[in-house]
Amino acid sequence: MTFMKAWTTSTLSLPNTPDPIFLTAPQNHPNHRTYPLPTMSAITYKSGKEPHPNERRIIFKNVDREGWDQSIDTYEGEGGYDQLKRAVAMEPGAVTNEVKSAGLRGRGGAGFPAGLKWSFLPPNNTKPVYLICNADESEPGTFKDRYIIHQDPHQLIEGMAIAAFAVGAKLAYIYIREEFPQGAEILEKAITEAREKGYLGKNILGTDFELEIYVHRGAGAYICGEETGLIESLEGKRPYPRIKPPYFPAAMGLYLCPTIVNNVETLCHVRHILEMGGEEWSKVGTPNNTGTRILCVSGDVKKPGYFEVEVGKVTMGELINDMCGGLKDGRSLKAVIPGGSSAKVLRADETFKVGKGDDCKEISIWDIPMDFDTLAACGSMAGSGGVIVIDDSRSISWVLNNINNFYAHESCGQCTPCREGSLWMKKITDRLVADKAAPSDIETLDAVARNIDGQTICAFGEASSWPTESFVEKFKDELIADTKPELENTPVNAEKELAAAGLL
Amino acid sequence: MSLEVPADLEKQIDERITHYPVSKRSAVLPVLHLLQHHFRFVNEEVIEWAAAKLELEPIKVLEVVSFYPGFRQSAPGKYHIRVCRTLSCAMAGSYELMDSLCEKTGIDRSGVDHHNPIAVSADGTYSIEFAECLASCGTGPVCMVEDDFYESVDDVDALLAKYS
Repeated sequence: MTFMKAWTTSTLSLPNTPDPIFLTAPQNHPNHRTYPLPTMSAITYKSGKEPHPNERRIIFKNVDREGWDQSIDTYEGEGGYDQLKRAVAMEPGAVTNEVKSAGLRGRGGAGFPAGLKWSFLPPNNTKPVYLICNADESEPGTFKDRYIIHQDPHQLIEGMAIAAFAVGAKLAYIYIREEFPQGAEILEKAITEAREKGYLGKNILGTDFELEIYVHRGAGAYICGEETGLIESLEGKRPYPRIKPPYFPAAMGLYLCPTIVNNVETLCHVRHILEMGGEEWSKVGTPNNTGTRILCVSGDVKKPGYFEVEVGKVTMGELINDMCGGLKDGRSLKAVIPGGSSAKVLRADETFKVGKGDDCKEISIWDIPMDFDTLAACGSMAGSGGVIVIDDSRSISWVLNNINNFYAHESCGQCTPCREGSLWMKKITDRLVADKAAPSDIETLDAVARNIDGQTICAFGEASSWPTESFVEKFKDELIADTKPELENTPVNAEKELAAAGLL
Repeated sequence: MSLEVPADLEKQIDERITHYPVSKRSAVLPVLHLLQHHFRFVNEEVIEWAAAKLELEPIKVLEVVSFYPGFRQSAPGKYHIRVCRTLSCAMAGSYELMDSLCEKTGIDRSGVDHHNPIAVSADGTYSIEFAECLASCGTGPVCMVEDDFYESVDDVDALLAKYS
């Protein structure tokens, strides 16, 4: 396997951190390079859970760390809450400016610049401002916030407190998915500890800044990860997303007041941006794709797992072959879903045109740097960082049917194209995997998807239709091969199906 | 209405409600979680009690209960199992895990559909359902038994032995 080194080596200039500890790959490692870790003391990780040499651990510094626990004493012992102390001595606008100059893009899926989001709060606002941490981690393929919450809760709380100070929020909620019951308990304990130490509550650190954070548990609905759906849920309703405009949360969010909703990982970064300074932080990663981000790899690799890397400094090939141990023996790559299950699938033998002007070039899937802009240029998205690897042992029909089952289950039902369409897509691929589909079903499947995309209140429409659109576009022959031409023009017996389902 | 809510549970509920100083309605989910945890599921009486507590029409509570998969409208088993069904876990064998769990617990899932996702064993010890992505895709197949989380589940007997 050859990798396009130009992406990685030419841009490998890292900020000097004080007293760096170097994590170095073996000299004979194909990706030998040196990374300073942003820490003052030597860190050892639990046996078998050591970070890969390609990683740069900032957010996950304490994940799987030997001797680490979730207590506030441990956190304070490593400089915890020092950045909150720094923040409350600053002007709130100056904190926002640091986040802006860092170029931090949201880690929840859309990649929207966080500082810009904060600055959308209406000027001369007289209403209360709310901060919400979106901890509803539920995009299939994504498993990063889980570890922050369970192993380093104070990092999140410090990030939230700084963000709340910057945007002027006195009340904040962590909307955590119901399936993280221990995570909710850990966060509540951490909040209690932080309040006891004067980092939350009234007169925080002797200033007039006040903040309460409460943990709010969801109840198993994926749509609550959509920020306006989340807000409806937090108001005690069905999480039907709101239409934008006018309901941009920064202007009309929780209780129709200005509200900032950020992902767990995004809020954690705020703390490190203050520590390093926005400018310095922006030198991590690649231009317009700054910082580190956590990539979660699952599916058909030898060693699935989570990896915190500088955005754009690791290619798909390095991620799969070096960091995840490669594909299983005797297998070859068929496809990759690069950013959570709603990201459009990439086919292993595709070539992708990336870069502009003189920098324009064609690259293979292996050479795609894992950043927001390149994955968008490849026709997909970096999304939530969930990379699902699919090898040649998998049936594409089966994979797509699994995904369609998910979206049919999770559509909130508010918009007709999505409610009906996601179910139709599921029914068609149900037939496909049951050897009951006709070749023309594939056209119908595509048509249904294209009638959802762009026709709905929220981005779930795209999330549910992009998998089908991309699978049909890229794997049409394989899907058609799973159909039965003899079933063409054989109408589905609706009455019989209804009777079989006990509905007649 | 004969629902008996123990005093300490009601105290917890009242404390939760204080987390939402702007709107009591916001406390619907946390109140239902506490009630479900105690009563094991949310029936009409529970809905009416929660509605009265939060000064809402019962329909405002019912519409929440009927939407969110996290609320059960019928009694589960003593130990409720949730197996992740979504792609990465399915690739790692979650359907096989579901089959194996059903076989060992004697649960028949043939009557399961979207509106009735839970199947209960004949003796009421176990109940099971598929859950959508439990966010641990790198360690599939994963499942939850009650509030306990299990990764890379391969020994079903050992798992069930903890809950008998």
